[in-house]
Amino acid sequence: MATQHSRLAARFMVAPSVGFLFVWMIVPLVTTVYFSFLVYNLLHPERQGWAGFDNYYYFLTDRAFLTAVWHSVALVVGVLCITVVGGILLALLLNLPFWGQGVVRVLVIAPFFVMPTVSALVWKNMFMNPVNGMFAHIAKGLGLQPYDFLGHAPMLSIIGIVSWEWLPFATLILLTALQSLDSEQQEAAEMDGANWMNRFIYLTLPHLTRAITVVILIQTIFLLSIYAEIAVTTGGGPASTTITYLVAQQSLYGNDVGGASAGGIVAVILANIVAVFVMRMIGKNLDA
Amino acid sequence: MGQITLNAVRKCFGEVDVIPSIDLRIEDGEFVVFVGPSGCGKSTLLRLIAGLEDVTSGGITIDGTDATELPPAKRGLAMVFQSYALYPHMSVRKNIAFPLKMAGMTPEQQEAKVQSAAKVLNLTNYLDRRPGQLSGGQRQRVAIGRAIVREPKAFLFDEPLSNLDAALRVNMRQEITELHQSLKTTMIYVTHDQVEAMTMADKIVVLNAGRIEQVGSPLTLYEHPANTFVAGFIGSPKMNLITGIEAEKLGATTIGVRPEHLDIVDSGGWSGVVGLSEHLGSDTFLKVGTKEVGTINVRAGGGITLRHGDAVRLAPRPGKVHRFGSDGKALS
Ligand SMILES: Nc1ncnc2c1ncn2[C@@H]1O[C@H](COP(=O)(O)OP(=O)(O)O)[C@@H](O)[C@H]1O
Ligand SMILES: [Mg+2]
Repeated sequence: MATQHSRLAARFMVAPSVGFLFVWMIVPLVTTVYFSFLVYNLLHPERQGWAGFDNYYYFLTDRAFLTAVWHSVALVVGVLCITVVGGILLALLLNLPFWGQGVVRVLVIAPFFVMPTVSALVWKNMFMNPVNGMFAHIAKGLGLQPYDFLGHAPMLSIIGIVSWEWLPFATLILLTALQSLDSEQQEAAEMDGANWMNRFIYLTLPHLTRAITVVILIQTIFLLSIYAEIAVTTGGGPASTTITYLVAQQSLYGNDVGGASAGGIVAVILANIVAVFVMRMIGKNLDA
Repeated sequence: MGQITLNAVRKCFGEVDVIPSIDLRIEDGEFVVFVGPSGCGKSTLLRLIAGLEDVTSGGITIDGTDATELPPAKRGLAMVFQSYALYPHMSVRKNIAFPLKMAGMTPEQQEAKVQSAAKVLNLTNYLDRRPGQLSGGQRQRVAIGRAIVREPKAFLFDEPLSNLDAALRVNMRQEITELHQSLKTTMIYVTHDQVEAMTMADKIVVLNAGRIEQVGSPLTLYEHPANTFVAGFIGSPKMNLITGIEAEKLGATTIGVRPEHLDIVDSGGWSGVVGLSEHLGSDTFLKVGTKEVGTINVRAGGGITLRHGDAVRLAPRPGKVHRFGSDGKALS
C-alpha cells in the first residue's frame, strides 16, 4: 500500500504539525532578525529607527567578543573530551558483571537529573568554595593552601561542573551501545590472538563510533547554550563569558535589545557553522 | 600436529552439571563430529577445548602438552562460530588478515596468505567488501578463511551450516570435507544433524546430556549402536524401537529394526495396514500400523505402489535386528 496515494495521505496528515513547528521556529527567528537591525534600547525609548548593520558592527568589534568565542570553544571541546573519554571508561566498567550493578548504574545516572542551577550552586558552595568547600578542607587536611577554583581558573572549573552533569548522559548512551556488542566476535578475536587492548581498538571502538557520534552531536547543541552554570558560579566576567552569556548580558544588563538580537543572530550563524562542521566530520558514521 | 586428549573433563555452570565427566582422544588429522540433541553440551565441550570456558575439573592436553590453563590464543586452535562472528566494520581482506596482524606479520606476508586463502575459498572477488554485503555462504567462507590462514593445529566448528539453506548446506558440507582432505588438519565439528555427522566424520562422538553415548566410525554406529539412544539418533528415517512380547521372544527388552531392514513379505512376519505412504521415486517411506509391534516406519523400494489403507506383511531381515537389555545397552 506504499503507493502514491498513501504517501500523499501521509503528507497531508503530518502537514499540520510540520506547519506548526515551522511557525514555532520562524516567528522568533524573524523577530530577532528584525530587532537586530533596529536601534532598540530599553533605557533610551526616545532613540528609535533603523540601525543598519551598526548592532552587528558593535557586537563583533566588542573586545569581549573574540574572548567569548574562545571560551565557548573551550567549554564545548573540553566537556566533549572529558565526557566521551570518561563515558567510555565508565561504560566499560559498568558493563562488567559485579555485585550491586543495578544500584551503581542508577547512582551514575543521578547527576543528569539535578537541575543545572542546583548542581552549579552545590559545586560552587559545597566543593569549590575556598573557605568552606570540601576541596578546601581536604587541602587544609593535607597541609596545602586551599585553591580558589572559580577565582583562579573559572573556565576550567565550569568545564568540570558541566562535565560532571553530562558524563551520565554519555555513559548511558555508550553503555547501551556496549551491551549490543556481540560476545562471539569478542571470543573470535580472543582466539585470533588479540589481547584486551587490541580488542578494544579494533572491535569495541569501531562498534561505539555511532554512539560516540550521537553523544558529540547532542552534547554540542546543548553545550553551546550553557547559561545557568556560568550565571550561578562566576556571573560571567572577562574570564568566563561565552557567546551565549555575552548575548544575555547585552539584553539583560545593557537593556540593549537591538544589540542582543544582533549577538543572537551571530550566535545562530556560528552554531550552524559548527553544526555543518561536526556533521561533515562525523555525520557519515550515522548512515553506516 | 593436532592430537587432543580430554581427561575426566567436567564442567558445571553454577549448580548445573552440564558435562559430568568426559574422556576422549582425538587423533592427529582426524575429522571428529560431536553430535547430539540441542542442549546436550556440544558447544560447551567445544568451548572447553577452545579455552573459551574453564574446565571445572579434569585436564586437556594438546599435542602432549597440558593446555588446561592456557588462554585460547595460546592453544593454536581456530574456531568457526555458528554466527560466523565476522568483524562487521572490516573488509573481508582485513577480517581474514586479522589473526595474522595480531601475530605481528608484515603487511606483505599477510597479503600473500590472504590471497592464497581467498583462492582456495573462491573469495578473491569479494576481498574489499564488508561482511554485511555478502551472502550467508560467503560469510561462512570468510569465517573459514580467517581460520585457515592461522594454520592451526586443529579447527573447531560449532554448527557452521545451521544458518544456511538446505542446498547451500550440502555444498558447504562437501567443501569442508574437501578442505579437510587437502589440509589434513584435525577438525572437530559440532552439529545436531546426524546426516552431517554421518557424511563428514571419520569418527563420531554421540553426546547425550553431557555424556558420551558412543564413539566410533559412522558405519560402526550404524551397524552396531551401543544403546537405544544411539540407535534412535543415528540413521534416517529413525530406527524402529520395539518393546513388548516381540522383543521378549528374542530375549531382549527392546529390539531395533531399521526401516530399510524391513521386507514386505507374502506370509509370516507382522501384519499391518499402511497409514501413510510417501513416494520419493527412489524410495518409498511407509508408516504401517501393526497389531504385534504398533506403528513402524518402513523404507521400501521406489517401485512399491502401496497406498493408504492397503494391507501389508512385514518381516525384519535376518541378522539385522538389534537387541537391547533393560538398561538400554546392546546385547551381544
Ligand atoms: N554460560 C552458561 N551458563 C549457564 N548455563 C549454560 C551456559 N552455557 C550453556 N549452558 C547450559 O548448558 C547446556 C548445554 O549447552 P550447549 O553446550 O550450548 O548445548 P548444545 O550446543 O549441545 O546445544 C544447556 O542446558 C545450557 O542451558
Ligand atoms: Mg550449540
